Amino acid sequence: MRILYFAWLRERVGTGEEDLPLPAGITDVAGLIVWMQERGPGFAAAFGQARLVRCAVNQDFATPDTKLQDSDEVAFFPPVTGG
Amino acid sequence: MTLIRVQAAEFDISAESKALTQERTDLGGLASFVGVVRGTASGRPISSMTLEHYPGMTERSLAAIADAACARFALQGCTLIHRVGQLLPGDQIVLVLTAAPHRQAALDGCAFLIDWLKTRAPFWKKETFTDGSEAWVDARESDDDAAARWGQFG
Repeated sequence: MRILYFAWLRERVGTGEEDLPLPAGITDVAGLIVWMQERGPGFAAAFGQARLVRCAVNQDFATPDTKLQDSDEVAFFPPVTGG
Repeated sequence: MTLIRVQAAEFDISAESKALTQERTDLGGLASFVGVVRGTASGRPISSMTLEHYPGMTERSLAAIADAACARFALQGCTLIHRVGQLLPGDQIVLVLTAAPHRQAALDGCAFLIDWLKTRAPFWKKETFTDGSEAWVDARESDDDAAARWGQFG
């Protein structure tokens, strides 16, 4: 999977993008967020308040129950503030 | 005609209006909205604002929002330009232009576009204050409320 991070999520995890295999046993966005919370202090800080984390899968807004595949581009970011 | 651009550079509302309307005699009205960088945030003066976005998804989102507006309000054309990068107080951030046979469709389409853009397009603002501190702008519930008055997206 290609994982992208934006805004304060990017700052807290310390990178804007990374490639990693879909973790074993993870099937949806909610599961991936829980997995991210356990990767270390930066990730815990970024993903700890899950209600502030938004997700897109293959550049479409996703929901916690959106299914994931290893070929997906997954992005995590805060609620948008454009305009 | 739908024009969508994400750019660092300044835009010119006059030139964009002309581009949208030139050589057309079927239009009845043109509505516009220009977003501008406020010089204060929560009462504190800012020195700049930096806009980040998600290249690829941004353009897809703006195109989907524009398509929805064109279909719903029978627009004859629209222009969406959003700036990214570092902007200064007073700088223009976003331009929405809508063309329609009659004023109500143009005005409603313009309001719909900016309300939806604020809640559905992947942009994030960070403010730098005059004392050097920085803060990401929080999403506002009032923006969700403004978008919700148009009903479900899509």
